[in-house]
Amino acid sequence: MQEPAAEFTGAQLIWESLLREGVDTVFGYPGGAILPAYDALVGYPIRHVLVRHEQSAAHMADGYARASGRTGVVVATSGPGATNLVTGLATAMLDSTPLVAITGQVGSALLGTDAFQEVDITGITIPVTKHNYLVTRAEDIVPAIREAFAVAGSGRPGPVLVDITKDAQQSRAALDWDAATPQRHLRHLPPPLDAAVLAQALELIRHAKRPLILAGHGIQMAGARAEVLALAERADIPFALTLLGLGAVPATHPLSLGMMGMHGEAWVNRAIQEADLLLAFGMRFDDRVTGKLKEYAPNAKKIHVDIDASELNKNVPVDVAIAGDLKDVLRALLPDIPVADRSAWLGAIREWRGDSAVRDIQNLPDDGHLYAAHVMHDLWKLTKGGAVVVTDVGQHQMWEAQYYKHDGERSLVTSGGAGTMGFALPAAIGAKIARPEAEVWVVAGDGGFQMTFAELMTAVQENVKVNIAIINNGYLGMVRQWQALFYESRYSATPILSPDFVKLADAFGIPGQRVETRADLAAAVGRARAAQGPALIEFKVEQEDSVYPMVPAGAALHDMIRRPSALAETGSDPA
Amino acid sequence: MKGGAIPKVAVPQVSARQVSAPHVLVVYTDDEPGVLTRVASLIRRRGFNIHSLTVGPTERAGLSRMTIVVDSDAPMVRQAVEHLRKLVNVLEVQQLGERPKVIRDLVLVRVAARPETRSEVLQLAQVFRATVVDIAEDSLVIECTGSLDKIDALVDTMRPFGILELGRTGAVAMARGTRNPPAGRAPLPLRTGTESMSV
Repeated sequence: MQEPAAEFTGAQLIWESLLREGVDTVFGYPGGAILPAYDALVGYPIRHVLVRHEQSAAHMADGYARASGRTGVVVATSGPGATNLVTGLATAMLDSTPLVAITGQVGSALLGTDAFQEVDITGITIPVTKHNYLVTRAEDIVPAIREAFAVAGSGRPGPVLVDITKDAQQSRAALDWDAATPQRHLRHLPPPLDAAVLAQALELIRHAKRPLILAGHGIQMAGARAEVLALAERADIPFALTLLGLGAVPATHPLSLGMMGMHGEAWVNRAIQEADLLLAFGMRFDDRVTGKLKEYAPNAKKIHVDIDASELNKNVPVDVAIAGDLKDVLRALLPDIPVADRSAWLGAIREWRGDSAVRDIQNLPDDGHLYAAHVMHDLWKLTKGGAVVVTDVGQHQMWEAQYYKHDGERSLVTSGGAGTMGFALPAAIGAKIARPEAEVWVVAGDGGFQMTFAELMTAVQENVKVNIAIINNGYLGMVRQWQALFYESRYSATPILSPDFVKLADAFGIPGQRVETRADLAAAVGRARAAQGPALIEFKVEQEDSVYPMVPAGAALHDMIRRPSALAETGSDPA
Repeated sequence: MKGGAIPKVAVPQVSARQVSAPHVLVVYTDDEPGVLTRVASLIRRRGFNIHSLTVGPTERAGLSRMTIVVDSDAPMVRQAVEHLRKLVNVLEVQQLGERPKVIRDLVLVRVAARPETRSEVLQLAQVFRATVVDIAEDSLVIECTGSLDKIDALVDTMRPFGILELGRTGAVAMARGTRNPPAGRAPLPLRTGTESMSV
């Protein structure tokens, strides 16, 4: 790094800024308008991962950020390079991932003229970013990038885009890091905690007979695992998890109930409906967890803590709303949380749980068919629950959430809010680069995997050891399931062919295996884990299996569709 | 009519556009290109119904002030406020609510006024303390400033004569009493030379 007064090109200032922000890796794809930046990159100790499509670059940066807690960085050129990022930015926005996207833009004299590869990417991305910048002068690059990192990582995190014209990259400016200290992100910090409101929360906790913690993604982002566990243990309050909350608190903790919502465990949703107090921590009452709002948790008082005040009283009116950092809030509450014994409430839940467990698919004899639930359960056992699992979107995602017991923080990376198919493979590559010591598994369906499998070559080129489990049922399974349940089984556009995945793996130069029975599963997983580089396993699973239980969209949480036959109910091993 | 006495006019009851207890938001923002786009995009995206939005400079360089009149119920307005507060360019959102406030709208209305109706139009304009700012052979342009209700009433009064063109600014609002400056936690002024930076 140079003296503050030194002159740099705008292109150099981009990398100087990223270095100072602690960036070690960027994911990107070069092109005309970003060429000056790529030319300057050669002189900087920053790893560039060349992707096969910019959407994947955004997902890689997203996976990198989610697995590590650091801000992910993606670089693309103007026009189609920039528009290809949009799905990735929306994915990051909806799941609150800190991400900075740097895009090249045509020269400032050409702005607004429909020049070659010119699109108004700042206009396009307003709704899918926390903020964005169009930088037309070299001297504005450092302030914009510094502020972008501050905005992306503060409050409720999210993506920020910095669009830099080619002439801004080519012209020169001094580097004055300190003068560019960002401030505007501090404008709307949550207000100081209000003692009266905290007292109301304590009062509700004190009087609750059937309290339940709703544990969300915010716990992980606030680093409040210890505080949540302390509160749960002291007050003897069980917790249910959102999809993105999985891993925020350990799944195998005695007070952990499992996932709530549309494909949540029956006993969890029942507990929500029968609770007299919900403590919602860093979650946002998404429609996938509440079901029909009018009949949601009718007996419960509600305390909602979230860093984003616009989430409070948005979907569910609450009795105590606290806008603040969860860790701060819980630290303020903890000294006054009374020790309690709620064995009656916990006993009732255990009874409901036991009722489901005896019907669990895992407890049935092997009928020769391979079920996705088997794959997830066995993968959990074989990896001793220690892997970082990155899922795609669909049935396999729900089975993973039900059967892989996530104990570790940041051990599940999945597109929850946006539900972006094609996310898993690129996000897993990002996650593995962020945490090279971790064992990373991709779990994807045959549909989603085909959206972004070109990134296999990225994994090979960058030597990124990810293990890939493709759950192949020959359908766009979740859509097929909805067609079966709500569209009289008209399978419109859901049967999908796949290439021979083993040969495909071979074409990419990585080992591929096919597993069709549960008996062969463990050995295949063992070989994939032992392989030096990326390895792929195709699991040919039961084609028309569905995820149960299921709360149909718009139904109340207690109106669950149960598995029609005695075959199985979702569930976990009796603890 | 004699002696120039101003005739008594029954002010008509006004249309559904009338906002009886409007939710008035005053939003202080950076004076940068694109801020209005961000605010408008947010309002569209979240489906907030607005009656009017005005924006202009303030007593401080680099600071713009918007007045947004929101046609929604209280929870929706609270949502709008919280979402506006998440915009990086927004320094402060004040909800004038029940506080005593001054709300002013300005209208320019071109009214058909033939020689036989012109004096009547002029007299009615006077009732509203409106000013005639242009006269043509068969029409007048009237300017009037006042509360939303007053402007609505003026417009309704003029309608029978024939309204040829009408433009309103939308409301500008201010709380009465002690000045209530933006209390954004980060200090102004912003960095200079950032005009080109934000969209």
